Amino acid sequence: MIGSKSGRIPRRRQKLQRFTPLDFVIYVSILIFSLFCVLPFFLILIVSFTDEASIVKNGYSFFPETFSLKAYTMVFKNGGAIFQSYGISILITVVGTVLAVCITSMAAFTLANKSVQCRKGLSFFFFFTMIFNAGIVPWYMVCRTLGLVDNLASLIVPGLMFNAFNLFLVRNFMNGIPDSLLESAKLDGANEIVIAFRIYFPLSIPVLAAVTLFYALGYWNDWWNAIMLIDNNKLYPLQYFLFKLQSEIKMLRDLQMQSASAGVTLPSESVKMATVIVTIGPIIFLYPFLQKYFVKGLVIGGVKG
Amino acid sequence: MIRDIRKNPFSYLLILPATIYVFLFGYCTLPYLVIAFQKFNYKQGIFHSEFVGLKNFEFFFKSPKFLEVTFNTVFLNFMFIGFVIIFALIFSLMLNEARGKIFRKVTQSTLLLPNFMSWVVVSYIVYALFASDYGIVNVFLKSIGASPVSWYSSPGPWRVILVLIKVWKDTGMQVVIYLAAITGIDTSLSEAAKVDGASRLQTIRHIIFPLMIPTVSILALLSIGKIFYGDFGMIYGIIGDNGVLYPTTDVIDTYVFRAMRKTGDPSQAMAVGLYQSLMGFLFVFGSNWIASKKTDGGALF
Repeated sequence: MIGSKSGRIPRRRQKLQRFTPLDFVIYVSILIFSLFCVLPFFLILIVSFTDEASIVKNGYSFFPETFSLKAYTMVFKNGGAIFQSYGISILITVVGTVLAVCITSMAAFTLANKSVQCRKGLSFFFFFTMIFNAGIVPWYMVCRTLGLVDNLASLIVPGLMFNAFNLFLVRNFMNGIPDSLLESAKLDGANEIVIAFRIYFPLSIPVLAAVTLFYALGYWNDWWNAIMLIDNNKLYPLQYFLFKLQSEIKMLRDLQMQSASAGVTLPSESVKMATVIVTIGPIIFLYPFLQKYFVKGLVIGGVKG
Repeated sequence: MIRDIRKNPFSYLLILPATIYVFLFGYCTLPYLVIAFQKFNYKQGIFHSEFVGLKNFEFFFKSPKFLEVTFNTVFLNFMFIGFVIIFALIFSLMLNEARGKIFRKVTQSTLLLPNFMSWVVVSYIVYALFASDYGIVNVFLKSIGASPVSWYSSPGPWRVILVLIKVWKDTGMQVVIYLAAITGIDTSLSEAAKVDGASRLQTIRHIIFPLMIPTVSILALLSIGKIFYGDFGMIYGIIGDNGVLYPTTDVIDTYVFRAMRKTGDPSQAMAVGLYQSLMGFLFVFGSNWIASKKTDGGALF
């Protein structure tokens, strides 16, 4: 109030006032937390490039004594199993996501279509599975009965609707599409098919993009289906391969056997971390592009409950 | 119903795949619950296996494992929910105060990064930190002259470690949701407060924070609904079959999994699973009921 009397001072003062101690605390704490979120990935990256001898000597370090590309040459030379798993993961992610998004968006349209009288009942039909979960034993029994054991389908089918949450996310979004649009389309003689494919699906692209990302991440990061239903190591998806690599040193030895000449120390620690880097590589590369859809999905889901 | 199908044949066709899927993977699981009361074997199936009454439950409820896994599940989830909310609240409020668009964008992205990683990848990070010989925490302890701790064989610290990891992985996601909630707040309110001479902290405390409570309580309620479900991917990914750490880290889900896969006794596993399903149902239903009473539009149903 006082400052507003003269024109020059407040401008300078405002600039000075802008950076208060409070601001300092805010910026520093955010920076620290952000660093904590990315540093572990850098650690893994650095360890993967560290010479095994210097890991054995000094342990993991952000500033290793000697760098080495050995781990990567090993992974790329003898990593047949890794790339097999890569293929499996890409396959199930693509096929699974496409199927899941189709099933979800189609069902969501029907649940949002106000001329369908049973949509309340149908909603409850889907909803009940969200509030009562029979657990893993019956789930496993159903998968067995359907023949979803130790084949590619067992990595795709059981994950098609991770939960009904995505379905309700899309339905809620479609509910927000104004009825007037629907009415005028109907007056113009549009049938259900036209309404679904010309109005509802195109208008829902933002939420469908988010749901696509949710499903894709779900498939890419899934190892539950593999742990429960897969025995054949040719069918291991990437995450499960990584899990096995950690728990079974044998697998690591197999990797090394093929390249080991007697007497050479085998870079087991750095190979582990190099495998992690190879695994998360695509996600890190796609991350700047993907995260805005993820944020959008969270915002749509979060605001609507 | 049939008339409705005639009227909207296409709509019913579109929902058919989802209906079949949910029927198979949702409703067809229900008959298998009876396994909990049987001495199940795969040859005889659920119709011909021997009925044993409550024997499977007796075994679990009489064993000390019952209290251990129940406590671990509820306690860990409770800590996860609490700490993630606190951290997410603090950081969303701070990010909202931070000016600099690029700074906000970049830091929000980095906070969200761990969320994109699977628990298996996270387990490697945990290993890189806490491995007894090469782990960076022990390297640090040695460098300051303290004696290294063999983390993977001492169950004590793992509750704290797990909470830290959960906060690390999940905070970013909730920060995004809270930031959206803050953005939804009418800016004229905080501007009016500013005109009335409120400081920034006062504006946060008396205007922004109270208006975030609905979003926070909905998220909290929804997570409390799932308090009886342990995070299998997290616990099994990080702890795996390391029995030494079970006293502080074994949750119902990992216990059921072991009963199922390792001992190969579906009846035992099903009995524990049924106990979890019923408790889980009570909590989900209860928390939703409260959410629907206290807030409008906050509940799932």
